[in-house]
Amino acid sequence: MTAMDIGYLSVAFCLLVGSGFVLVGVFGLLKFNDPMTRLHAPTKVGTLGIGMFLLASMIHSFLVGDRSYHEPLIMAFLFVTAPISAHFIAKVNIHKRACETPPSPPRDDTWSTLTDPDVEKEAEADAAKARE
Amino acid sequence: MSSPSDIMDIAIVISFVALALGQLLSMVRLVIGPTPGDRILALDTMVINALGLVVMVGIFQGVQVYFEVTLLIAMLGFVSTVALARFILRGDIIE
Repeated sequence: MTAMDIGYLSVAFCLLVGSGFVLVGVFGLLKFNDPMTRLHAPTKVGTLGIGMFLLASMIHSFLVGDRSYHEPLIMAFLFVTAPISAHFIAKVNIHKRACETPPSPPRDDTWSTLTDPDVEKEAEADAAKARE
Repeated sequence: MSSPSDIMDIAIVISFVALALGQLLSMVRLVIGPTPGDRILALDTMVINALGLVVMVGIFQGVQVYFEVTLLIAMLGFVSTVALARFILRGDIIE
């Protein structure tokens, strides 16, 4: 077994692991029944799946002889941006009341962005009217 | 006994199939997904899968020119996900 053969086999291994993670992540996106649990499955597609594909692409470029060092750049960009977009989608879920509302903060009574001040003012006015 | 080069070719075909299946399944979630968060998530997954398909075309053809395409799709996907989430959260993208 030559070095080329080991390179080909490692490319095949990376591709198979990557496609396995892609399938698992997308299957989870389809089958889970809660928005927040659905959010966690496709993060495997973004980091591990595409990371393995990019690693395979890099090994393959070295095998072909046309060396490429670009792939770690894409990998780093994906690893940095995946948590940020997941955080924004989680915020959408919380504010759309698609999941359980988080418990109240330790010092104040309510979350400033979650509760609508206009609605609360109306509720207070109604309570004052009821007292009179 | 097939040679390692043949095994790599089979693995390339398998990953093309996995990515195409991933696109189809996340498209189903995009259509049925009950909340807006699910739809944004499905679109984000579809962008990531398209990225993987471009990387796979690069491996299949053995050329380097797809690097710029991949980076551009990654940047556009991130910005569009954040813009969609902000639009649903605030009703506006740039305030």
